[in-house]
Parts: sequence; C-alpha cells; structure tokens
Amino acid sequence: MELTAKHHEYWRKNVTITLVLLAIWAIVTYVVGYLARDLSFNFFGWPFAFWMGGQGALVVYVVIIWFYARYMNNLDQEFGVAEGEED
Amino acid sequence: MATQTQSEFKSFLKKTYGWYTGGFLAFVIILAIAEQMGLPRAWIGYIFLFVTVALYAGIGIMSRTADAAEFYVAGRRVPAVFNGMATGADWMSAASFIGMAGTLYLTGYGGLAFIMGWTGGYCLVALFLAPYLRKFGQFTIPDFLGARYGGHLARSIGIFAAILCSFTYVVAQIYGVGLITTRLVGVSFELGIFLGLSGILVCSFLGGMRAVTWTQVAQYIVLIVAYAIPVVWLSVKHTGFPIPQLVYGKVLEKVTEREKQLIDDPKEKEVRGIFAERAKAGSEKLKGLPKSYDDEKAKVAKVLEDAKTANAPADQLKLAQDAVDRFPKSTDEAKAAWTREAGLVARSRPPLRHAEAFPGADEKARDISRKNFLALIFCLMVGTAALPHILMRYYTTPSVKQARESVTWSLFFIFLLYFTAPALAVLVKFDVYTLLVGSEFAKLPAWVAAWQKVDPSLLAVLDVNKDGIVQLAEIAIGGDIVVLATPEIAGLPYVVSGLVAAGGLAAALSTADGLLLTIANALSHDLYYKMIDPTASTARRVTLSKIMLLVVALAAAAVAAQKPADILFLVSAAFSFAAAAFFPALVLGIFWRRANKWGACLGMVAGLGTTFFYMTQTQPWLRSIFGVTRPIADAIWWDIQPISAGLFGVPVGIAVIIIVSLLTPAPSKDVQELVDHVRYPHLKGDINTQAT
Repeated sequence: MELTAKHHEYWRKNVTITLVLLAIWAIVTYVVGYLARDLSFNFFGWPFAFWMGGQGALVVYVVIIWFYARYMNNLDQEFGVAEGEED
Repeated sequence: MATQTQSEFKSFLKKTYGWYTGGFLAFVIILAIAEQMGLPRAWIGYIFLFVTVALYAGIGIMSRTADAAEFYVAGRRVPAVFNGMATGADWMSAASFIGMAGTLYLTGYGGLAFIMGWTGGYCLVALFLAPYLRKFGQFTIPDFLGARYGGHLARSIGIFAAILCSFTYVVAQIYGVGLITTRLVGVSFELGIFLGLSGILVCSFLGGMRAVTWTQVAQYIVLIVAYAIPVVWLSVKHTGFPIPQLVYGKVLEKVTEREKQLIDDPKEKEVRGIFAERAKAGSEKLKGLPKSYDDEKAKVAKVLEDAKTANAPADQLKLAQDAVDRFPKSTDEAKAAWTREAGLVARSRPPLRHAEAFPGADEKARDISRKNFLALIFCLMVGTAALPHILMRYYTTPSVKQARESVTWSLFFIFLLYFTAPALAVLVKFDVYTLLVGSEFAKLPAWVAAWQKVDPSLLAVLDVNKDGIVQLAEIAIGGDIVVLATPEIAGLPYVVSGLVAAGGLAAALSTADGLLLTIANALSHDLYYKMIDPTASTARRVTLSKIMLLVVALAAAAVAAQKPADILFLVSAAFSFAAAAFFPALVLGIFWRRANKWGACLGMVAGLGTTFFYMTQTQPWLRSIFGVTRPIADAIWWDIQPISAGLFGVPVGIAVIIIVSLLTPAPSKDVQELVDHVRYPHLKGDINTQAT
C-alpha cells in the first residue's frame, strides 16, 4: 500500500519525539551518573546524585513513558491512523 | 465471557480484584488476631503457604483453556492497568523482592545501578518496542524475527537466544522458591522446590498466558502489600512519618554522620586490626602449603603439650585441646579453612560510606568504578528491553493504544517497589548502626538472636575483641536479611514476617511462570508449529505446549536442586545475552527498513558471540570451564566487569546488522509492507498479521 505525505509526517513526528525523550532519559541516567561525585550537594537531606539514582530518575522514567503514550495516542487521532473500536 | 464488551470486562476485573484485595487484607488481620490469641508460629507459616498457593492454583483452574489465542496471549483483552500489574509481578523476581534492598545495604550508591537499570529499561520498551510488537500481534518474539527477517534462520537464532536467557533465569527463580518455602514451613530444600513447582505448574499448565496473567495480578497485590507494610512501620519508628520515600534523606544524613564516627572509632579499629592480622596469618599459611600443614599441626600439638606439663588452668587447657581437635583433618580441609581466614581481609576494611558515589583509593580506582557503574546500567536497561518474557506481555493488550498505556502502568507498579528499596536499606542501616552497634552482647535485640540461630550466613555477631560491646566490624550480615528481618526489626508481630515470605514467594512464582511459558512457547509454537509441522491443529499445539511446560519445569527444578554456585552471575549474564541478541535486531527491524535477513542473523550471532567470548575470558567460573589461562588483566577491555559484557555485544550487533545489510540486497516488498504495517496503528487497506 502507498503511504501518503501525511503518513510520512506522522512517522517523522514519532521519531522526533522518540529521540527527544531518549535524550532526556540519557541525561538523567548517564550524565547525572557520570557527574555523580560533583553533584553531591544537599538536596532535602540527600546528596543530589544519590536522590536522583534512588528516586528522581525513576519518576522521570515514569513521566517519559506516560507522556509518550499520551502524545502518540493524540497523534494517532490527528493523523487518522488510530485504531477503530475501543473502550 | 465472549459476549462481554471490553468495558464490562474491565469493570468486572476491577470489582473482582477489589474484593480480592480486601479479602486478602482481612485474612492477614484475622491471622494477626489469631496470633495474639496464641496461634503457634509454625501454623502461621503453613497457613500462608497453603492459602496463597491454593489461591493461585484456584485462579489457574478457573482460567483453564485450550484455545490458542487464550493460551498464548490471554485472548488479547487484558486492559492496560491489569497488564501493567501482571508485568510488574512477571518482572519482579525473588532477587528484586528479597535481594534488592540487601544489595543497596551492602553496596550503597553502587547498588543504585540495579534500581535505575531495571526501571529505565522500560523507557526503551515503551519508545522502541511495545506498540510496534502489539500491532504486529502474533504470539512470540521469534515470531517477529521470523516474519521480519524472512524465514527459519532468524527464527531459530531467536528461539536459541530466548531459551538461553529464560532458562538461566528460571533456574534462579525456582532456587528462590525452594529457599523461601524452606524458610516458611521448614521442609527440606528439595521438597520446597517441588512444592513451589506444583504451584507454578498448576497455573501455567492449565491456562497458559490467560491463567498466568490473572494469577500475576493477584501475586502483584500480595507482593506490594508485603513489601510496604514493614517499611512504613519502620519509617514511623525512626522518623515518625509513614512515607519513607519522602523523608529518608534525613535518616541518610544521620547514617553518614554515624559512619564518620565508626570509621575513626578506636574500638572499631581494634576489631578491624584483629581481622587484618588473622587474614595475613591465613594467607601466609596458605602460601606455605603443603609444608605449613605439618608445621601448624605440630605447633598446636606443642601448645597442648606445654599446657599439660605446666599444669595450666582448666580453661586454658580446654582452649589448647579445642585447637587440636578442630585442626583441619587434611591439607584440603586446611586449604579451605585458611582461604576463609584469608578472606577476612574484607572485614578489616573501614565501613563503606553509603551515599558516596564511586568510592576508591585514588582517581584511577574511582574512574574504574564509575565506568562499571554506567556500563552495568546500560546492560540492565537494554537487557530489560529485550527479555522475551516481558516483551511477550505487550501482545496481550486489546490495542496499540493500550499497549503504550500499559508500559506506563507496568513501570508505575514496578516503581512502587523500586523506589521504596533505597529507603528500606537506609532505615535498616540506621537501625543497625545506632541500636545494634554499641549494645551489650548480654542484651542483644531479639531479632538478632533469632536470625543468628536460623542462618549464620545471614547474620553473625561475634565478640571478636572480647569487650562485651557490639562493634560494627563484628557484625557479618548477608544482604537477604534486610527484607526478611525488617518486620522483626520494626517490632511487628510474626504474621508480618509470614506475609513477607509469602510476598517473596509470589515474586518468585510469578516470574517463574512467565519464563516457563516463554520457553514452552518457543519450543511448541516456534520450533514445532512454525518450523516442523505447520499443519498441526490448535489443540495439538496447545497440548504440546503444556507437555513442554512440564518438561522444562522439571529440568529447571533438577538444575536448581544442584544449587549451582554461580547462580547470581548466570542471572545477570541473562541480561547481557538478551541485550546483545534481541535488542539490535528488533529495534532496527522496526526503525530501519533496509535491515535484512543476513544482516540480522549475523548481527544476532555476532552480538551473542562477542558477549559470550568476553565472559569466557574474564569471568572466573567460565574461565575455568573453558580452560582460559591468560591473565584477566590481559583479557579485560577498558576494565569492564564480565557482568556488563553486553556493553560490547550490543554495539557489535548493531554494527554488523548495518554493514551486512548494506552489502546484501534490500528486503522484499512484502517485508517493507510489514514494516509500514507495524509503524502505523491503523492503515487503510492494511495487511493483517494478527495470529488467532
């Protein structure tokens, strides 16, 4: 089947949001992890990097996935590629 | 239930599990009351084991099925929230439930690699895999490889890799089941394994994915309740606030303060000095073998002789006699005993600073520690996003939309346990550092005495410097005790200890179920139906799958009963294998149209091969099996530990797929249409790949 320009745009938007979210994922994991010794200022009692590893990064991960699901489900509607019957 | 609409089904599920949770809490409360009225502890253990396993079996029996779509993917109508809970239970194994907080207790910041790795991997699942696999809509991961990379070769490699990762993992789960059952009701380890196995089998055997899904939801509820209650209680004890995740920073500050005192405390230094000397003496005796054996034997004999001739007091005489009696009977025994002594060097070191990232003697050591920390996170994350038993779960949702939402719920439910574990570790550490350390040996807390008796490898407190006061260096602690003993540390009744054991059992059983199903499906669906006999009837395929379940379960139990020594290494190796074998081929298969059969096949083999090669060169147990003799220092690349071998396997896999694909012809038009098909949740005039 032939894909229209609209389909290609949908896929481009999908890839863009995927990369943006992946970059955030990489920053909270690897950049904060790499700089952990320098990021040990007091954050409500925790050294910041420790708090990020135990709590902060996890919250960011959940938000990334939640945001992606919401964004893509809306994008499906907007570009007319959403599935049919659903509850 | 075929006539039910999806929303009716969902409200039915909500009601059922709502009642179930209420009923379960009522059951725990009734047991607690019974305990106060004098119900013996052994009974509480039996009741917990029997009731929870009967419950899982009951759900299994109610969900029995012989329909292929029901058996393989639960009829594809598991709502996002419930699939999330089931994935949570599927994911969180005995190691997560019991071992995680212990690892954090023992390794401080370093242990956070597991917390981040085992949660952050779900971002990759959500962004790169789950929605696309759901659109593809077949039964297994080798199904996708077979369809995308044209034929049996890619499928076969997929089957091999799926079995390799899942089998090592399931052995560890069954081992965990054996341990917990033993602890809960005091039967032998082997019997414990087979009791647990019956609980696993009755469920997956009768109802496949359908039964496993609904049981896993029930198991998730048990395990999260069991994890939360003791931590909340302990938090109230030490901070006066019931949400430990928000307030343990203050406790961590106090622990850090206390670490400083303990590192400089003269009494602590004295105990560490004693261990250092014993370790030194032990390693010298070791070096002197076999001559040192006779020398040492003569030495203890002479001490006894001298004591006798000098008419020494009775207690001194007894000590000398003991030394002779307990002297190793052979050089082999002596070697083992002295190796243990030499190993005490670990206890001669000052305590680790819990919150310090990458501790090390100098800049170089810290740098190596940092590299390995980041490498481990990478392997765990990519491995998480490539383990077939997890990916398979996203075939069970009703739609692509719900598959995306389901990953959110999965991670949310996993997150609840994982972001509690660091708090638990710090709270228990605070308790040990302030209440146990400094107490008198005559008045040890009750939980210490109780656990020393149960298992000295979990907890042993000995007065090394004979001053009658507990020093931190005198405490030898095994990681698993952190979760197991928390109810007693927090001063909760025994019923909560039973609940924690039941939670651990739920974690191990649910993971084992998911893994067994993955292996059985790879053998019956992928190998037999797709490759050997494509005309096999549905009933025959499902029956074969059930037989395979039985065979694989028994094989795994047989291996677990041998208590393989390097079980922990095998589990972590499974992540590197999964990462290197599946992740590049799956993701490029969706995101890069040009990836073709030869690229993918060679890429999977190269990724797996690199990972395996690196492990055989650097991991002591594998080195001994493969007779590798060159020094580890020569074989090691960039100081990366063998557990993170996937760090090399994944990029090699990606590179080989890209290079080989570009050197060989592009995939056919059909395959390109398949790629379009999985990329868009709905297309006009779309092909249909969904298996029923």
